[in-house]
Amino acid sequence: MRKEIRFRLNGAAVSVQVAPHETLVEVLQEAFGLYGARESCGQGLCGCCTVLVNGTAVSGCLYLGALAENAEIQTIEGGAAGNSGLDAVQEAFVESGAFQCGFCTPGFILMTRQLLDETPEPSEDEIRHYLSGNLCRCAAYPQIIEAVQLAARKRRQR
Amino acid sequence: MKRAAQPAETAQVGRSVPRLESWLKVTGRAEYVHNLRLPGMLYGKIFRSTVSHGRIKRLDVSAAQAVAGVYRVVTSKEVRELVPEPYYGPAFHDQPILALDKVRHVGEPVAVVLASDPHVAEEAAALIVAEYEPLAAVYDEVEAMTSNAIVHDELKPAGTFPDLKHLKGKANTNIALDFHLRRGDAAGALKGAHRVFEHRFRTQQVMHTPLEPLVSVAECTDRTLTIHTASQSPSFVRIEIARLLGWPENRIRVRVPFLGGGFGAKLYIKLEALVSVLSLLTKKPVKISLSMEEQFFTITKHATTFRIRSGVDRDGKILARECEVWWNGGAYADIGPRVTQKSGFTAPGPYDIEHVAVDSYALYTNLPPAGALRGFGIPQLVWAYESHTDMMARELGADPVEFRRRNLLREGRPQATGTVMRDAAIEKVLDRTADLLDWKKPFDRGTGSVRRGRGIAIGFKACVSPTTSLAAVSINADGSCIVYCSTVDMGQGSDTAMAQIAAEVLKVATESIRVVHSDTDVTPYDMATLGSRSLFHMGNAVRLAAEDAVKKLDQLRSETQLPADASVKDVFRKRYGMQAGNVLGTASFVPGYTAPDANGLTDNATPFWMVGASGVEVEVDTETGRVRVTRLINVADAGTPINPRIVETQLSGASIMQLGFTLSEKMEFDAEGQLRNASLAEYKIPGFLDLPGEIVNEAVVAEQRSGPFGAKGVGETSTFGVSPAIANAIQDAVGVRLTSLPLSAEAIYMAMQKK
Repeated sequence: MRKEIRFRLNGAAVSVQVAPHETLVEVLQEAFGLYGARESCGQGLCGCCTVLVNGTAVSGCLYLGALAENAEIQTIEGGAAGNSGLDAVQEAFVESGAFQCGFCTPGFILMTRQLLDETPEPSEDEIRHYLSGNLCRCAAYPQIIEAVQLAARKRRQR
Repeated sequence: MKRAAQPAETAQVGRSVPRLESWLKVTGRAEYVHNLRLPGMLYGKIFRSTVSHGRIKRLDVSAAQAVAGVYRVVTSKEVRELVPEPYYGPAFHDQPILALDKVRHVGEPVAVVLASDPHVAEEAAALIVAEYEPLAAVYDEVEAMTSNAIVHDELKPAGTFPDLKHLKGKANTNIALDFHLRRGDAAGALKGAHRVFEHRFRTQQVMHTPLEPLVSVAECTDRTLTIHTASQSPSFVRIEIARLLGWPENRIRVRVPFLGGGFGAKLYIKLEALVSVLSLLTKKPVKISLSMEEQFFTITKHATTFRIRSGVDRDGKILARECEVWWNGGAYADIGPRVTQKSGFTAPGPYDIEHVAVDSYALYTNLPPAGALRGFGIPQLVWAYESHTDMMARELGADPVEFRRRNLLREGRPQATGTVMRDAAIEKVLDRTADLLDWKKPFDRGTGSVRRGRGIAIGFKACVSPTTSLAAVSINADGSCIVYCSTVDMGQGSDTAMAQIAAEVLKVATESIRVVHSDTDVTPYDMATLGSRSLFHMGNAVRLAAEDAVKKLDQLRSETQLPADASVKDVFRKRYGMQAGNVLGTASFVPGYTAPDANGLTDNATPFWMVGASGVEVEVDTETGRVRVTRLINVADAGTPINPRIVETQLSGASIMQLGFTLSEKMEFDAEGQLRNASLAEYKIPGFLDLPGEIVNEAVVAEQRSGPFGAKGVGETSTFGVSPAIANAIQDAVGVRLTSLPLSAEAIYMAMQKK
């Protein structure tokens, strides 16, 4: 039933045995001890399980682990450079107080990185629409908008 | 005098310190029970009732047991071998660990399949077969008052909390608590009133929806049990599990890391009793992690019906108010009786009314259980009394703000229970909300199919009492400090606030303080993290414990005969011959409280008042009924904020959550008590596209003199006014009055058609 697949995980070559029904979130948690992508709604509606596959955000709770074969997988744990170990987006989230319980935060940060890669200076409306697939029950949405704008400024200054 | 490694001469309270756990949360490394895996762990998947009320005739688990990889299937029979009386609950011992003989709501846990692979457990659970003999069921809270369908044959009050001790067991009734308050002569005053207004309001059943669904893990040895759980009340969990097992408390350890949201869902016992029994039966670690769907069957917010009647004199002064509130508690009482009583204290609203009568009923029905959700019943009450107050003002041709001002409860005046208002900036909050809304300026009412309106609403809450918090503060030999407290950081920022309070006393930087998370083996007792009580109660306990630590360090310094400016290190070196040892400051905090008398009256109902108002501007599309909130203003009395930034996030977040409960969220049940929308696909919580155009949050300049450095709790405050402010604004815009939540486009459109 299980099959060995190889892929790159946060820049490192890895291999793992996966069962056909296992999701990418399960593979990351069970095989690699990475818990930053986490299942919440189980339907791909909340964004807590966001993982970047070949640079594109997917819902890790629906994406089958086996499909990661030969892909470049990035999770929130894939650290960034800098003294704090945080990138501009993470720093901006901290400085703007853009989270409360933190459960949805990795998903928002990964989506924000993708947004700023595509649109370095997003308008508030663009931010709202781009991040509308991520839910935050603590509703730190206004602070998240602030953080995205701050992150955009930080990136431009680097 | 320097007391620690990182001296801080500047004030630590009042600083917007970023959350201490920021790095952990933005790197995905914060610890949640959701992440926990233990060696040899089994996963439990719950088989649930498909009927809302029935006697279990047959339960066949053989097919599930036969599935390869299934470790064991557990039913109430096995539970009873370990716990002969397996009923739990904070108010009533009414909830079985697994259904015994009867099921009382759809989704009630009936059996559990254990397997080391959760997929195997889930597949096997689907093979369990149950047959039920249907029993008459009741779903509506008002019908439950007189229904022949009785949810529990006999009521079993728990008496764990002092303020619930008066609950008496009753038979042949669905009423779990009736609270009555009489002050003056409401009936008589209504007869003599110039005008009398009566309205009836309803709120719907909704769910907390923490994004980390409920999860607990238990592991045991021959004589100890450790429960890792996403709980807001670790101390209660220890007490209740000890009671169920007949064990002393010191053999049970309850550990709580960060919570992925709580909002009242993760209180008292949820999965803890079940995983404890499963672990003891199998001698293996057991984890149960609910799906989002299962959360809807576990804990919810009370649906309510509220009948309110007020009489005014010729000057628009409210003379008397009668309130009748029915709380739909679902099949198990959870904390519903307490919600019923405590919210009953303030049901007539923040108005100075001489004659008041309150009747508040907690009712059992055959729906999923209801408990506390961000406001302990207050948002349901404010929805009614602030809609009602607005309707009266409009009928009387009075300005809604002026009408409120004329009747407002002011400092030094007694509220409904007779308790005199102190440190409650009601007038200031109302005035500031009106100012921020530009209430007195001309307002653009829109044109064509887009009509604009605005509304305002104000509510208040008595913090739950009496409750206890204990804390300890250690000063280590190098001068670094540790705070030990059982307050759970579920996102409200309590770790940071407690560190700021301790840092202020210890004169060190907040960032240098470490706050140890709840672990009943280590951190002292705390009633629970609920009802906005922690910053006030635990904040006071931490402040006192830090002062105690400073006092003990000063004693040590004088014993060593070192000068007053000697460093901490020197004190410990002199005392212990090396840099070793510590001083441990301890404290407890229990505010005063007077239990209500037979008329529901008390001169000390609460240690502090929370006051919140919201002002909104809306656009209503007259062709679709769709309402859009263009501006949302939240103003609160938060005392003197410890961390202004976190206070603002709490005000903002709570109001957006309430926006969901106002405009979209509703658990939809059919005639058989089946829930039809138990998923985020069909139960819509607010996302980015649901935000108001603009949100303004403000804490007025205020001080809670009995609070730590003038502060008080704020987690619930901006839930109060949102719903009625929007309903008031809708009437202002298009002239229709909605009396049931949610204020859906369909409801608005239908009301406009009827007009």
